[in-house]
Amino acid sequence: MTKLDLRVNIAGVELKNPVMTASGTFGSGKEYGEYVDLNRLGAVVVKGIASTPWKGNASPRVAETYGGMLNSVGLQNPGVEEFIKTDIPFLRGYDTKIIVNIAGRTVEDYCAVVERLGDADVDLLELNISCPNVKEGGVCFGTDPRMVEHVVKEVKKYAKQPLIVKLTPNVTDIVAIAKAAEAGGADSLSLINTLLGMVIDIHKRKPVLANVVGGFSGPAIKPVAVRIVYQVAKSTNLPIIGMGGIMTGEDAIEFIQAGATGVAVGTANFINPTATIDVLEGIEGYMKQYGEENINNLRGIV
Amino acid sequence: MKKKVLAKVLLNEAIAPNNFKMVISAKEMTVDATAGQFVNLYCNRGELLLPRPISICEVNKETGEMTLVYAVVGKGTKELSQMKKGETLGAMGPLGRGFEVSYEVEEHLIIAGGIGVPPMVELVKSLKGNITVYLGFRSNPILVEEFEAYGAVVHVATEDGSVGLQGNVMGLIKEHQPKPQMIYSCGPKPMLKAVADWSKAEDIPTQLSLEERMACGIGACLVCTCRTKKQEDTDWENRRVCKDGPVFWRDEVIWND
Repeated sequence: MTKLDLRVNIAGVELKNPVMTASGTFGSGKEYGEYVDLNRLGAVVVKGIASTPWKGNASPRVAETYGGMLNSVGLQNPGVEEFIKTDIPFLRGYDTKIIVNIAGRTVEDYCAVVERLGDADVDLLELNISCPNVKEGGVCFGTDPRMVEHVVKEVKKYAKQPLIVKLTPNVTDIVAIAKAAEAGGADSLSLINTLLGMVIDIHKRKPVLANVVGGFSGPAIKPVAVRIVYQVAKSTNLPIIGMGGIMTGEDAIEFIQAGATGVAVGTANFINPTATIDVLEGIEGYMKQYGEENINNLRGIV
Repeated sequence: MKKKVLAKVLLNEAIAPNNFKMVISAKEMTVDATAGQFVNLYCNRGELLLPRPISICEVNKETGEMTLVYAVVGKGTKELSQMKKGETLGAMGPLGRGFEVSYEVEEHLIIAGGIGVPPMVELVKSLKGNITVYLGFRSNPILVEEFEAYGAVVHVATEDGSVGLQGNVMGLIKEHQPKPQMIYSCGPKPMLKAVADWSKAEDIPTQLSLEERMACGIGACLVCTCRTKKQEDTDWENRRVCKDGPVFWRDEVIWND
């Protein structure tokens, strides 16, 4: 059988395969680099980076639930300067693409990070207007189509690399939001961020998370994510990075058939540190099973 | 490359109400293990996904066996407690920063409470010099014979007075007035805080093993952070209990969390 072609193109950037990491679950790759060969990943999507260091929320920041978990980290990060100094040189030691997730509380915050990264050696930017765990910014920007278009348009003015916009599922009409991001000039979309959730400890009679609410992720949310990828793929022309509960290669194929160009593995990393590689090998296995030589032929076929 | 492995359960039995001792065979996990580190155990047989971080109680590098003593506190540890001899489970480790051991220290004091007691067994094995151990329990002491077998002098306090001093480890401190050169402590937060306050007043270097809810266990997800500072700093930062800890120096820890 001929060699499998897993190359995909996200906004003009060619990835060796569609498998990447979901922001916030993989740090900047250092920790998981001890467990997986980062050279095999299509891209590493790093933890959200802000213009200055953020301390994040109080602990507990995690709660487990049926088939998933909630987190309320609150975008703790070392700031863009430390990221440029430490993390980019580390990741450039590997043959993988670097996607920087951008966090901010204001439009100016986002623009400052993007501008600072203008001459940095990174491949793509992922604008996080969907974090449920910070009070200002984050999800506030991501739930109103006019605001989405405005933020994306402003950030695009400073972006030297292609801009992916990561959207929240916590909206009434995801298609309207996706179209607004496209109108604002987004080059790609990441779908989906976590679902807003809550877990109560009935014995202590209080919320498990110090932040009360948090972002729900894991295999339990996969049908919601697949549905959103499917709806958005049918209504915009942007390449989509699909994520939400991907545990196996079969899960990833489901997202690709729904219309995703790339797939990101998140919570699965916590359960299985080699989840990214297992997903990649699962995709290859599926392609072999069905005699499919090019991954791009599977995209959006449903 | 490090990896998650399949460990074989050699023993899994109750040693006190709600407290279980599990011995697993996992040679590669024992090689670098030190006192105060932990391992991730994976249930992964149903709706529970996240690993359970369990402190290492004892390591036998020759046989490749590891002893883990844990309390059943929820669904995950309940599932672990039902595992049978001969079954296998996913395990990864050793993880985290353990206790710092100095052979220049001659007088050691270990203060532990409840399910903070198990990691101190391996610590006793790795220390040289005179080791005194204060253990506090609500009731039903565990692992006392193990500490004694490794040459430590053990004092026990129980809240219900069933064994040893009625009260807690602070009562043992009051009674014995210890003057160690180094203190090592693990247990519930109020106990750690009390130990820290006392040892600071006495100006004795102290290492504290903290606990927090975790996900990845290797420092990537940032859900298990605690507030810390560097000694000279006025500002604080959130550091990872799983990777930067679980053992921290007393003066690094900020308590008003």
